Amino acid sequence: MQPAAIAPLLNEPPAGVTETVTLIGDFDEYLTQGFARPDARRADVLDGVVAGLAGTPLGRPVAEAVAKLTSGPIGFEQLSVLAGARAALWGAVHDALSAQADEAAGRRRPDWPDITVAHSADTPISAVTAARSWLNDLAVLGWNGLDHEVVSAVNQPVETLLASPEHRRLGLLLDGFAAELRACLPIATLERIPTRRWADLWTRAVLLASGHPAAEAGTVTGRFLPLGTEILEHGTVFQVRVHGLLETKDGPPIQVRASVAASKVDTILGPACWRLLSAHGVLLTALAEHRAVTLTDMPILPGGELLWDEDHAAIGDEADPFATARVRLAESVPAAVPPLERHPVALAHPVFLEGYKVGGDERHPVVFELGDVSLPVAVDRLPDSGPLNGKLVSGSAACIGLLRWDGEWLLQPLAVLAKRKGTAVHTGDWAKGPTDPKAQKAEAKAAESVNVLRERAGRLLRK
Amino acid sequence: MNPEPDEFSRRSVTRVVPPVNPRKLAKVPFVELADGRLQGVVSSGSDIARVYVSSIVADSHEFSCSTNNNRPCGGLGSRPCKHLQSMVAEAVVQYGYARVVRFLRVEAPADGTATDIVHGLKGGPRRAQVAEVFTRFLRHLAYLEQPGTNEPLPDMQWFPAMGAR
Ligand SMILES: [Zn+2]
Repeated sequence: MQPAAIAPLLNEPPAGVTETVTLIGDFDEYLTQGFARPDARRADVLDGVVAGLAGTPLGRPVAEAVAKLTSGPIGFEQLSVLAGARAALWGAVHDALSAQADEAAGRRRPDWPDITVAHSADTPISAVTAARSWLNDLAVLGWNGLDHEVVSAVNQPVETLLASPEHRRLGLLLDGFAAELRACLPIATLERIPTRRWADLWTRAVLLASGHPAAEAGTVTGRFLPLGTEILEHGTVFQVRVHGLLETKDGPPIQVRASVAASKVDTILGPACWRLLSAHGVLLTALAEHRAVTLTDMPILPGGELLWDEDHAAIGDEADPFATARVRLAESVPAAVPPLERHPVALAHPVFLEGYKVGGDERHPVVFELGDVSLPVAVDRLPDSGPLNGKLVSGSAACIGLLRWDGEWLLQPLAVLAKRKGTAVHTGDWAKGPTDPKAQKAEAKAAESVNVLRERAGRLLRK
Repeated sequence: MNPEPDEFSRRSVTRVVPPVNPRKLAKVPFVELADGRLQGVVSSGSDIARVYVSSIVADSHEFSCSTNNNRPCGGLGSRPCKHLQSMVAEAVVQYGYARVVRFLRVEAPADGTATDIVHGLKGGPRRAQVAEVFTRFLRHLAYLEQPGTNEPLPDMQWFPAMGAR
């Protein structure tokens, strides 16, 4: 990507983004105080949300939910309408930003196929009902009103949700969210509250607990060329998400992602986490050895998400991600974004950058200077399970990364070429174990932890 | 990134839970700061099938130690036994000294050690709920038994690894 393609992004946000984000911020302030304490000033905030959505399909239900909120006991139904409204506001911001980035890169993103997915009308399992009532309590009390008892009430439902494949997603989200709330108690004494983040997590959880439609998978056959790996994790999960291009028989390559995740505990960390994914040998080999993967009838969701199944994958030839990024990325076609995932946090456009100067300022320790614009680099998003660190990013001449947005555009690095010698370092290089002797030692120690816990589990859980 | 307090509240992605440090798990396989207690499970030095369940209540500093079968720990007198001491020591490794001091609200020097925390405990022994802590430990172990998933898990986008040192 040329500096000229990034410049328009960094100059000014698309029309309406600033206003919408301010409106969301007001709502989040409301949630921080809790819905149990309505007052005149705060009523204005909800009126603002109602006004912001007037004329949209959500306008009426939101107006009705707000009217009910201020006149009687608060129910999950109204909260889920409000969560839907907040998500819709972010959805509009997402779309504007995504279109801006696509336009700058000269890409045309297909629209989401008009598939109607039936909401399940089944009565939710009791753990979902319990999760709803927990989310209800959070909204009523506000972050400041939480204590150990309230937060712990989610433990039991989370356990049940995690054990059920179709509810795993909600379980994982609630587990990560609750761990944050727990770590921050008592919240009233916190110096600063992650207002937007917690409102985001609350909103997501409410929407998932309301009944989440699932898209149907198709299949693809072709050659998968990995570009880079992002690692996502909280205390009890480790997820590897590989961004890559899929070459099929005809047409330009398409942008796809493969994600695999394993359950873990907080004391398993660093490169040892890769061991938990050893069932995905083909994918890990492709990352560690920079190889392509031949896919045959691999399941794929309409949003470009491969449902990785090693029975449909065979390890292929060497495929340098930098060659892929340099030669094929520009012509590749991005995937449509599922309606429910339209939130700026999901923006992750793969980009290849070179010819930048590395600088830094007070707010951002590392920025890439591209001509007369500068792009902040999210060096805080580098995982400790791989070899890529801030120093390597600072000393780089070329970079594969993801274009992100969190109040401003950011670059999340996935791989760099060093200025000196041109050595390549990728976040996924240690997929089959660290290659650096010091890290190898630490990994072997950490792997012992996994064994100790497995041994304990064997002894105590199967009694 | 070092967001200002104001900016911190306006980010979707930001580190909220402080990072924990790796530690050897053989002696103290489990420790946590939860439900108003520092609590954990300590392996028995002599019997591989036995574990001790130890806990210290924040604020009051009442402490307890029993086997998982609810027998009181023989080493527990008016002061914390060696299991409790090990648990505090491992909690300090995992969470850092300052976080443990703050959580327990114990009076201890600013740059002290686990021993200072044990000395600073102002409570006495008191029988506590063994089953509850032990269940938390079993639940902790059960995570490792859960199958993985190949679903995209879009909500994980709020949880990027932020661990590079
Ligand atoms: Zn003891």
